[in-house]
Amino acid sequence: MSFVSPEVFAKQRLTAIQDYSVLSGRAVANLFSRPIYWADIFTQMDSIGVGSLPIVVLTGFFTGCVLALQSATSLTAFGAVSMTGNLVALSMVKELGPVLTGLMVSGRNASGMASELGSMKVTEQIDAMRALGTDPVRKLVTPRLAATVFMLFFLTIMSDAVGIAGGALVSVTLLGLNASSYFHNSYRALVYADVVQGLTKPLFSGFIIATVGCYFGMNTKGGTQGVGKATTQAVVVSSVFIIIVDFLVSRLMIGIFGR
Amino acid sequence: MATTAEDPAVNAATQPITDPVVSFENVSISFDGKQVLKDLSFTVHPAETRIILGPAGCGKSVLMKLTNGLIKPDSGTIKVFGEDVTAMRERDLFKLRARIGMVFQESALFDSLSVEDNVAYRLHEDGVPEDESHQRVEEVLHFVDLDHAITKFPSELSGGMRRRVSIARAIISKPDLILYDSPTGGLDPITSTTIVELVVKQRDVSHTTSLLITHRLQDAFTLAMNQFNQETGKMERIPNDGIDDSTRFLMLNEGNVVFDGSTLELVRSTDPWIREYLGEREIP
Ligand SMILES: Nc1ncnc2c1ncn2[C@@H]1O[C@H](COP(=O)(O)OP(=O)(O)OP(=O)(O)O)[C@@H](O)[C@H]1O
Ligand SMILES: [Mg+2]
Repeated sequence: MSFVSPEVFAKQRLTAIQDYSVLSGRAVANLFSRPIYWADIFTQMDSIGVGSLPIVVLTGFFTGCVLALQSATSLTAFGAVSMTGNLVALSMVKELGPVLTGLMVSGRNASGMASELGSMKVTEQIDAMRALGTDPVRKLVTPRLAATVFMLFFLTIMSDAVGIAGGALVSVTLLGLNASSYFHNSYRALVYADVVQGLTKPLFSGFIIATVGCYFGMNTKGGTQGVGKATTQAVVVSSVFIIIVDFLVSRLMIGIFGR
Repeated sequence: MATTAEDPAVNAATQPITDPVVSFENVSISFDGKQVLKDLSFTVHPAETRIILGPAGCGKSVLMKLTNGLIKPDSGTIKVFGEDVTAMRERDLFKLRARIGMVFQESALFDSLSVEDNVAYRLHEDGVPEDESHQRVEEVLHFVDLDHAITKFPSELSGGMRRRVSIARAIISKPDLILYDSPTGGLDPITSTTIVELVVKQRDVSHTTSLLITHRLQDAFTLAMNQFNQETGKMERIPNDGIDDSTRFLMLNEGNVVFDGSTLELVRSTDPWIREYLGEREIP
């Protein structure tokens, strides 16, 4: 790696941020003008949404299980084991469901997008597409963006649901709680604000995953090694962004709804 | 104003009075501080086949991409069909590129699409009905002699076949300008000749303006000395050692034009660098 002066470094970062913003802006703007590549959107929905279902369900389920198990220990100290359902539901819906789903999909799809677009870039397929008169942002980035935002929303709901179910399984079988009171508590714990908060986060995460994955893919340089680097960077950057934005959205929502 | 035979205005008048299809005016471009093209100027007239020669890395592929507006020069203007591609927005360029076919050096086929979908890419984008596009794909694959490869994927093809698919993809929409970037690069002489034959066929049947990069002088001279016989469907030598006068040469070295002219002018050039590049070869 070569070292550059701070000034050059700062310029490079600023250019990157500018390029990223332009790409994201164009990807969104393309949703509102023709042609829209519906077939590509559906293909991406299948690969991102349906393809991620197993890992999202598995992580959601076991996170719910472990949440129940761990919280029971502390709750017993206060004589409040019956509140387990309450805690699992709140944690899953507000925080763990959205964040973990985002991270899992980022690991699976931001990397996939970066490597796919990166390979296309280094083999000049992106240039070929432009030469054939197609806007690669419209054809490649916009469908991925639309599909990720849309599918991540439903994946998160799925994750929340199986998480609560996992918590129930542990509570009933290992902690000896009553199933109906668990679900009753879970249900009562959630208010409108929690659900809104939990469902706003995947919209941001989906945006981050698709735009960051595509940005690194479209800006890949230097052959196969470059593709590998783009893939790694896409996952790292999108994961960090997801967690940072999660914090910001939580703060904003707490500011709006007071919880 | 008195005009003499030496006056450029008179000479210009003897030239065909058509607007050039491609014109470069003082184009310069550099990458990472390294100047690749320096103050380059040349023009390509309608129905001309311009062969671009030059050592590896002298900026031939860059020149092609500049022509198609895929990259922008640092300075200078490039006009294609009279439109200034250096000042155009990308979305206007897409319309212009509909009239240009490009064959990339490494073919650049879409590896996740079949040969048929690759070749029909433009037709699918334009919403041409499936029956019609399939028929046109069959026609154009027949033109490049790849009828049997229609359902294959690029990874299943040889380098020469990929090159021909790439040519098919470029010519299917009957463009007014074709850019061939090293269509014979890295191929054996026999396959190269097949591809040169395709280019000659395209030149003599459709009279499309084209730019062609090649490393193989032999291919360049084959292009200049052969014509396509529509009756036999084969390429043949122009009788009486004739030379195709729509074929012209542009030679680059270190970012400058070292030669710009006809085949005869090239072989008669006394410039030592050109003589060396040509390996002192005469037209066989
Ligand atoms: N995208 C790019 N980024 C940086 N440098 C580039 C880029 N494209 C081309 N170059 C540089 O420009 C110079 C000319 O490249 P170009 O590909 O045009 O060569 P060429 O004449 O086509 O060579 P060849 O005959 O081997 O195909 C090379 O030195 C190359 O390193
Ligand atoms: Mg080249």
